[in-house]
Amino acid sequence: MKRTLLDPTDESAAANRARVPRLATLSGVTVGLLDISKPRGDLFLDRLEQKLAGLGAEVRRYKKPTFTKPAPVDLRQQVAVECGAVIEALAD
Amino acid sequence: MAEIEVIEGLVAFVKRDCPTCTLVVPVLEALAAGQTLTVYTQDDPTFPAGLDPADDTSLELSWRNKIETVPTLVRIDGGKETGRAVGWHRGEWETVSGVEGLGPDLPALRPGCGSRSVDPTIAPSLRAEFGDSILKARRVELDAEDDFEAMFDRGWSDGLPLVPPTRERVLAMLDGTARRPDEIVAIVPPSLVECTVEKVAVNAVMAGCKPEYLPVVLAAVEAACTDEFNMHGLLCTTMPTGPVIVVNGPIRHRIGMNSGMNVFGQGNRANLTIGRALQLVVRNVGGGRPGEIDRATHGNPGKISFCFAEDEENSPFEPLAVSRGIDPHCDAITLFPGEAPRCVVDQISRDPESLARSLAVTLRTVHHPKLIIVFDAIVAIGPEHARVFREAGWDRAKLTARLHELLTIPGEELERGAGGIAEGVPGKLTGTTLPKFKPDGILLVHCGGRAGLFSAIIGGWAGGDIGSTPVTRRIG
Repeated sequence: MKRTLLDPTDESAAANRARVPRLATLSGVTVGLLDISKPRGDLFLDRLEQKLAGLGAEVRRYKKPTFTKPAPVDLRQQVAVECGAVIEALAD
Repeated sequence: MAEIEVIEGLVAFVKRDCPTCTLVVPVLEALAAGQTLTVYTQDDPTFPAGLDPADDTSLELSWRNKIETVPTLVRIDGGKETGRAVGWHRGEWETVSGVEGLGPDLPALRPGCGSRSVDPTIAPSLRAEFGDSILKARRVELDAEDDFEAMFDRGWSDGLPLVPPTRERVLAMLDGTARRPDEIVAIVPPSLVECTVEKVAVNAVMAGCKPEYLPVVLAAVEAACTDEFNMHGLLCTTMPTGPVIVVNGPIRHRIGMNSGMNVFGQGNRANLTIGRALQLVVRNVGGGRPGEIDRATHGNPGKISFCFAEDEENSPFEPLAVSRGIDPHCDAITLFPGEAPRCVVDQISRDPESLARSLAVTLRTVHHPKLIIVFDAIVAIGPEHARVFREAGWDRAKLTARLHELLTIPGEELERGAGGIAEGVPGKLTGTTLPKFKPDGILLVHCGGRAGLFSAIIGGWAGGDIGSTPVTRRIG
């Protein structure tokens, strides 16, 4: 016998969200490094910055006010406008 | 689908299994001879013979027209109901039909029988079948799958079995609130999804709630999704904390919550399922799942559900919600970002100063004895400890103030490196004193069983603007 349940989820299908195409090269690309304000995240990003510069990327640094909350909308939009790629330092 | 509105004249709803319906057959025959009469029969399509009865064994028309008793005689003029007689009452039937002298051989009055459409074993499925247009949630059809495995497979579960959210159960759950099913309750993190009353009801069904718990669940969802409470951060943190719900007000008794023995433990349906419903909303609507956005290092068992009531009646303190600005005797919840409770044993102290010192030295250890200010705490005073404070005349303000005094700590004990421990407060702190808690960082709650000289401490998460602030909100 068929039974009907009601979907408890937000009914969004993540698979339907198209990904941004993968970059062919980092040369000449502006890469954002987002520090989420966790201790020592800056050390990690410093090292990444050196590596990325060696690959010809232009690096810009950003910082969230606190790691406990999502990045403010303005910051997210700024990163989206200014960068071709972004790397987030998630952990300490 | 026939609608009664398209019928004109007299309409009667009957069933064979009703002596009064059998009694009025001669009256129906008399009416049919003089005007348009449609007879709908609920059980036997051949009854009453000779009146060409219409089949309503599906009970759709009976349900749609809110027939509670058979026989019911309805008059339709111009598509509108203009009269209704319930059971057999000669005067009423004469008024509705406009015919005098009906059923001269019948008694003047004879009550009818219950309509099959309100039979408690049938009504829920009728409502689901014919009245579910108010439900907007996507339908998930199951056939060969086991219901319970299907829900696990879809990722809806917190690890325990769920009650299948059928339309019947969700409609019944929605009876627990006067709010419209499509009303937006909150924007639920982390995916920031608009969550309707209906979605909360679906998850409350799965959690095992009764409909009367729904107002508490709705208030908890609203409180969790405020910017102050910051459910997003609480979910993502590596710390072992989750939402803790403290319930105050008369609703504690109306829905049978536990504020006494084993208050944080198993065994009480309301306590366990309300907390679980909130977490299921965060999981299913907000998309907050362990291993994904939830990055807890250890977590704690209370992240399945952590909800309890305060024992207000036997408390030496005003209720927690009242101390946080809610009018006395109002129903309210306080949402606290908390870890698992730990016990404070003091079976010797009989004066309040000694007992306060016991509580303070244990509070000092919340998350780390050398870390301060960032973490709040609930102190759940057990009834036997509360007696000590009551008999000495210590109220909420006095005990809280004394705990803050006792938790003012010499800076040199807190410095990094002090005690041979690298963890601690940065900087040179010699000659200073620092508070363990923010001025509003200690929340007293009275609860627990009457035997046992114990209290309990529920440590918080990163408090204030950098993390989460406890939120108190009225229910309903």
